[in-house]
Amino acid sequence: MKHLLSTEDLSLANAIRILDTAEEMAAVGDREVKKLPALRGRTVVNLFFEDSTRTRISFEAAAKRLSADVINFAAKGSSVSKGESLKDTAQTLSAMGADAVVIRHWASGAPHRLAATDWIDAAVINAGDGTHEHPTQALLDAFTMRRHWSRLAGTGSEGTDLKGMRVAIAGDVLHSRVARSNVWLLRTLGADVTLVAPPTLLPIGVEKWPCKVSYNMDETLAQGVDAVMMLRVQGERMNASFFPSTREYSRRWGFDDNRLRALDTLGMKDTIIMHPGPMNRGLEISAAAADSPRSTVLAQVRNGVSVRMAALYLLLSGDTREPAATPALAYAGAHSTKESN
Amino acid sequence: MAATTGTYLIRGASILGGEPADLLVRGGVIAETGTGLQAEGATVIDAAGLVALPGMVDVHTHLREPGREDAETVETGTRAAALGGYTAVHAMANSTPVADTAGVVEQVFSLGRAAGWVDVRPVGAVTVGLAGEQLAELGAMADSRARVRMFSDDGICVHDPLLMRRALEYVKAFDGVVAQHAQEPRLTAGAQMNEGEVSAVLGLAGWPAVAEESIIARDVLLAQHVGSRLHVCHVSTAGSVEIIRWAKGRGINVTAEVTPHHLLLTDDLVRSYDSVFKVNPPLRTDADVQALRAGLADGTIDVVGTDHAPHPSEHKECEWAQAAMGMTGLETALSVVQHTMIETGLMTWADFARVTSTAAARIGRLADQGRPLEAGEPANVILVDPAARWTVDPFRMATMGRNSPFKGRKLPGKVVATFFKGHPTVLNGELNTPYAFTDATAAGVA
Repeated sequence: MKHLLSTEDLSLANAIRILDTAEEMAAVGDREVKKLPALRGRTVVNLFFEDSTRTRISFEAAAKRLSADVINFAAKGSSVSKGESLKDTAQTLSAMGADAVVIRHWASGAPHRLAATDWIDAAVINAGDGTHEHPTQALLDAFTMRRHWSRLAGTGSEGTDLKGMRVAIAGDVLHSRVARSNVWLLRTLGADVTLVAPPTLLPIGVEKWPCKVSYNMDETLAQGVDAVMMLRVQGERMNASFFPSTREYSRRWGFDDNRLRALDTLGMKDTIIMHPGPMNRGLEISAAAADSPRSTVLAQVRNGVSVRMAALYLLLSGDTREPAATPALAYAGAHSTKESN
Repeated sequence: MAATTGTYLIRGASILGGEPADLLVRGGVIAETGTGLQAEGATVIDAAGLVALPGMVDVHTHLREPGREDAETVETGTRAAALGGYTAVHAMANSTPVADTAGVVEQVFSLGRAAGWVDVRPVGAVTVGLAGEQLAELGAMADSRARVRMFSDDGICVHDPLLMRRALEYVKAFDGVVAQHAQEPRLTAGAQMNEGEVSAVLGLAGWPAVAEESIIARDVLLAQHVGSRLHVCHVSTAGSVEIIRWAKGRGINVTAEVTPHHLLLTDDLVRSYDSVFKVNPPLRTDADVQALRAGLADGTIDVVGTDHAPHPSEHKECEWAQAAMGMTGLETALSVVQHTMIETGLMTWADFARVTSTAAARIGRLADQGRPLEAGEPANVILVDPAARWTVDPFRMATMGRNSPFKGRKLPGKVVATFFKGHPTVLNGELNTPYAFTDATAAGVA
């Protein structure tokens, strides 16, 4: 791995390696001194073309816990017409000696361009690009799910995948990089994914994705789910006729109090509720659901730092070899591996 | 009358891919055809193994001048055209200022005459400033020295149905044609690529086929209703081909064009996010490519138009969403059409002459172009080596644009010579000298 650009092309072996490394990083976070010397003298640039305080501070904390030097570069609104081009920015960072560039960009594919051109030689980590991908978000979601899933199986999580786990991802799939990255990664890890959304918020071509698609939240819940991931929905979408009103959206596709109760009624005591944040309470998720014991929202934030430490460590520690196609498993739990696809 | 044209004896060229024959070019015309021709003082060109074709006519070229001389000029664009085998190009109207007055079209026309590489036929804008609100002075442009016959807001669709109807009706007065860029604007707001499987994965806003097809369906019905001539620019979808086939079956007076890139490339290439593949209309699927080839072969699609659209590198070396739309095409069109249509067995060289020259000249009402290779006809002739193979290198092209989507591809076919009005603008595969229009200086062009 030279870059981390997408989960679509992330192999099972590499995915497991990142998740396992993140477990080790998480252990560091439990120590009194939360710092490793691994990346001392290395420079990580957070290149953010779009506001995202949460993702930026998560990467910043991750890099600092590995003793890297961190430069935050907020380059909002960069474009040929408005200012410096991506090419010039990249070459500037290259000249400053950046070892890794963590890039958040409003344009789909911008991290791929950075990685594909000779503008910069650094490792590129995609921290969310347009409506394309957000691989570290999917990895931290998978990390959170894997801990839950292996705990239910009574095993450790290291080396395990998500085979058999039923995951519903609900909301604005069309505009969601989180949904895309999760669909690919969960496919690789063996989970069964169902997308739940109004037809207007699903992309044309979704039928070719490795998942099921449903227009009905209640049916999806009734069929049984182990994790429900709610996606952020922008209320302004109703102005472009994606749905008639925020109230109707909430009733049909939101995770409201009735659906929270339904999980109990249906006997799904172990089902978790996830959200990548920031949440629109009262729109896609009710306050009771967000604050319930089922909610993993804060665990996801905590795990985000561990997963990003793992990504930075693996990309910068010099070991860029592909691991063996089938990783040696530390635990042969109930959720065993599947062949790499 | 044309002092610079000499006498050339082309020996043994395969005429339209058929039997070899000699062509004697003298005084700007094909003076004689036959075998074993002799001519005192003629420059002899050994054309054994070469195919002789009528000079190509592009119905769709962006020469960028006036206004974007950093992207292309009439001089550089027409050099590229001559090298690509063209003897006439239609210069699209989306310059700065827009070619929406007699003054601007005459300026472009004069620049073309001064350059002397090909016939430059300006296309007039349909609406003032391409704004889609009010008809430009179509009659004044038709009556100008540029004798405009093709009108287009290309780059932007004339989407107002009433305005489109009026434009179609009005140009009948001077045998004009409206060339429509078919793109329903509301269905393509912010569109970045073909809407389908690939856009779903890449997270790029989709440009659905229906946005093209719905406008074409509307326009052929309008053309039928008012009895006018419609031309559809850069058809890109299988559905569009079906609609045009249906319209022609009903006797509607519609012609259509396809670009070389839509005959070869698909939206899978966008996975690289390399904006050299960003174009409007976008690259589609393989099913569309196959339907376009079939449509061109069976005559549903009349012509190949390059939509040659050079851009400076800074407009392409950026994020996909920021990048300009368009590809260069003049210097690769012949090779791509040979590769996709002739070497696949779908067409002959005679068909090639029809779709790149004869039909195109008829659409643009160019009397001296797209003529048979016979005695007495204007000597707009090209010699092509169909056995040649070359690797596309945008930095070795005459166009200023480096945005060729065929970069690095090995393609067949090379233009060896281009005769424009009897004068070789290209010889031995390289630029020779331009034709000297006698009125070029009188046109007041510096």
